[in-house]
Order: sequence, then structure tokens, then C-alpha cells
Amino acid sequence: MKNIQLPISDETILGLKVGDPVLLSGVMVTGRDAAHKWMMETFIKKTRPATGEDQQTYESLKSLLNGSVIYHCGPVVSGLDTKDYKFVAAGPTTSIREEPYQADVMQHFNIKGVIGKGGMGKKTLEGCKNTPGVYFHAIGGAASFIAQSVVKVLGVYKYDFGVPEAMWVIEVKDFPVVVTMDAHGRSQHEVVESSSKTALDALLNQPY
Amino acid sequence: MQRDITAEVLELIRLTSTSLPPDVEEKIREAREKEESGTAAKGAFDTILRNVELSRSQSTPICQDTGTPIFYVHYPEGWSTLKLRMQIRNAMAEATKLNYMRPNAVDAVYDKNSGNNLGGEEFPSIHFEEVEGETLTIELMLKGGGCENVGAQYSLPDSRLGAGRDLAGVRKAVLDAVHKAQGQGCAPGILGVAIGGDRGTSYIKSKEVLYDKLGTRNSDPQLALLEERLTNEANTLGIGPMGFGGKTTVIDTKIVGLHRLPASFYVSVSYMCWAYRRRKMVLSGNKAQYS
Repeated sequence: MKNIQLPISDETILGLKVGDPVLLSGVMVTGRDAAHKWMMETFIKKTRPATGEDQQTYESLKSLLNGSVIYHCGPVVSGLDTKDYKFVAAGPTTSIREEPYQADVMQHFNIKGVIGKGGMGKKTLEGCKNTPGVYFHAIGGAASFIAQSVVKVLGVYKYDFGVPEAMWVIEVKDFPVVVTMDAHGRSQHEVVESSSKTALDALLNQPY
Repeated sequence: MQRDITAEVLELIRLTSTSLPPDVEEKIREAREKEESGTAAKGAFDTILRNVELSRSQSTPICQDTGTPIFYVHYPEGWSTLKLRMQIRNAMAEATKLNYMRPNAVDAVYDKNSGNNLGGEEFPSIHFEEVEGETLTIELMLKGGGCENVGAQYSLPDSRLGAGRDLAGVRKAVLDAVHKAQGQGCAPGILGVAIGGDRGTSYIKSKEVLYDKLGTRNSDPQLALLEERLTNEANTLGIGPMGFGGKTTVIDTKIVGLHRLPASFYVSVSYMCWAYRRRKMVLSGNKAQYS
């Protein structure tokens, strides 16, 4: 088990390989569907104008995400009325929906790691090589357990996206993940996809 | 006699979101035993089981995606479904305030989260069925979005799969759906399969069949055999928990056979994640019993 403090250096990232169990500690930001679409359209492709506090939010996110990790997560949060926020349940959401955006977002913000579940595709794997970065797999559905690693909610951006889609800035201690895509072009998801396809083809060829 | 059951429904929601049913937990424990020590698969099951215990003891959601709430209400003659609907909706808003539920209803056109799990007439989803006798039964399933997204519907024949309009074709379609899902639906999963119907009823029935207990087989021996065969064959794919690779990809398969039009032959697969949250409340007189 490796213990990694955020932000992460390139050297540490290059030392990680598929299969490594890791405990992450430090400050990270949650972001999922609405956040990725917003970052891409407003600041990377610039196909829609920044409105409201977008520009200030962007500056804050740039420094928070630089060298750190984005977590695909839509948490259950208590203390919404008093703004005394606490994560009650906070497992990963399915990452593949961010495939059209992830590599660009990683490179634009210098994000060294993506936490989610289910793995991602070729474009993100390429992004992991270029940034360099890795994909950390958390256990899907283990929401109460993972929430225990979130020691503090430091703030929230884009709250108007709604609680699950907002970008929560959190401090974590010993957040448990496994590397399933590394910066050297290896992906556990490609391996399992391919071996299970061979097994499927054999089954489809069997008579009933 | 009808009375206000908001408090009882709130307890049903709390229990469903925070306490995994015993039959599911037992199957996950069995699956854990099959994996070798030191593997990512075994580690995933360890974390899953620790989370199940923690959620139950703290009364916090098993999964942060508290899903689409799907209620089936079996009510005695004379009960007002209007009042029942109102009480279920009030209980849902209260459960959201208490963090048993994440605010999950998002207007698809205006992209706005309602904040209280109430959205139009169809969220939460409530089905009413009048029954004989004096007992009110409410079943609740919470179905997360990750597993809902990997559900699939096939219109047979399917030339890509070489799947014709018979049980052999159904088998091919279901195995293809499991392969396509990989770990995305939080494997190991439970498959609800409907054969026949129109597109709508087929999908609905593929979910209804998931209210049954694990391990019970279809009374039709052909379908019972196919249920067992699909579970066993899916497990030879090696996808494993979370798609890490491993011995258990599917925990159980439930099939329901329907009537179809001569022109149509649908196979609908509802994939349920390992966090298979479904509970039942039986109200007899003043006493509510949960299972």
C-alpha cells in the first residue's frame, strides 16, 4: 500500500502502475457531468461565455486542481441549511460519461489523477500519458465507508448545479483507491474488456 | 381503515437506503469467499462488506446515488390512492432532509435539481394495485443511475449476435448485455430479464422481477434452467467485482416471460448493482412490519 500526499509530483505519478493500491491524503475537488461540460465549454473550447462568478471560480479551481485530483462523485451532504457541510455518503460515480472531456480537462488544469469507477477509454488513457496522470479506481457503492476518509469540506463551487453536480473542495485522509490506468499506457479495463470478449465469443458459439 | 402513514413510509425509505437486505449480503459474502487473497476482487468485496455494516450502524446511505425510488403499493379496497401518493411524497421530501436520500430529481429540460426528490408526477415512481383483504403492502426499490445506464433492450432477431426469436436468442442477448456492462454498473450485478411485451411493459417487468428474493427460481422449468445457466455463464466472463477481473460477475438472474405481438420480440435487461436496495413494509391494523 502506497501513501500519497496531494498535490502529486510527476515522479510519483510515473512510479505508479496498474494494480497498485494507494491511500490518498490532501485537498481534492469533486466534479462530474455538469462540471466537466462547463469547464470544457467555458474555459477550454470557449464556446459559451463565462457568466456570473465563473471567472473567479476558474482562477480558484486552477490553483486547487494544479497537481491534484478530480473526484467523480455526487455526494450526500448534511448541513446544507447552515453551510456547516459534512459528507455523509460519497462513493464514486461512473467515469466513462466524462470520456469526451477528461483528457482535455486534465491537461488544461494539470490534474494528476482522476478518481472514479468503471474506468475510462482510449482518449483518457492518452491523456494520462501526456499529462502525466493516472486513473484511480474507488469502490462503487461504498459510500458511507469512503465518506469517513473525508475529514473536512473546505468549500463548494457551482452550487447552482445542485448538490450532486456541484464542485466540492474536500480534504481527505487515507482515501482508498487502486490504480487501474497508469501513465505508461496500461489499463486494467482494456485487459478485462478484451479477455471477457474472448470468453463471450466462445459462449455465443455454443449451441443452446 | 385508512390513516396517515407518512412516518411508516419514512422508515421504509430509511431502511431501504441504509440497510442492505440479508439475502443480498449473504450472496456477497459467498462471492467474497470465492476470490483469492490479495486480489483486487477480494479487496473490493472486503470494502463492500465493511461499507454495508457501517451504513447499517450509522443509518447513512449505502450508496450516495440513492437512485430512482420505485414504489409498488398494494392497497385494500377503500383506501385513497390520492392520499397515499401525497403521504409517500411527503415522506420522500422528509427523507431527503434527513440525508437518507440525495436530492436526485433533475429537470431534464431546464437542468434544475428540485432539491427534495420530487419532480413532476413520475418522480418518485409509484405504482398502485388494489388487493383483497385488509393489509396494505408497500415495496420500495432504490435503483442507482450507474446500473440503470447499463440496462439494455434487444429486438430479436439480432444479426450481429446471431440471436433468433427463441430462448437461445434470449441467452445471447443477455450475455451480450453483461459483457457490455463490464464493471460500469457496479458489478457483481443481479439481472432482471423480461421476454416479450412492448418496449415499455418489457422494461417495467424486467424491474418488477427484481423485487423477488434471491435464489428463488421461475416456476417454468425452462426459464428456471435459463436463469441458472445465465448466472453461471456470465461468471465465466471473468469481469468480476467493479470490473477488476474475478470470479463473480453476476449474483443471480430473474426472468419473466410475457406475451408479445407477432411482429415484436423484445428482450429487456435491467441490471441491478450489488447495492441491491429493496425492502417491503406490511401494514396490518396499526402495526407496520418491515422485511
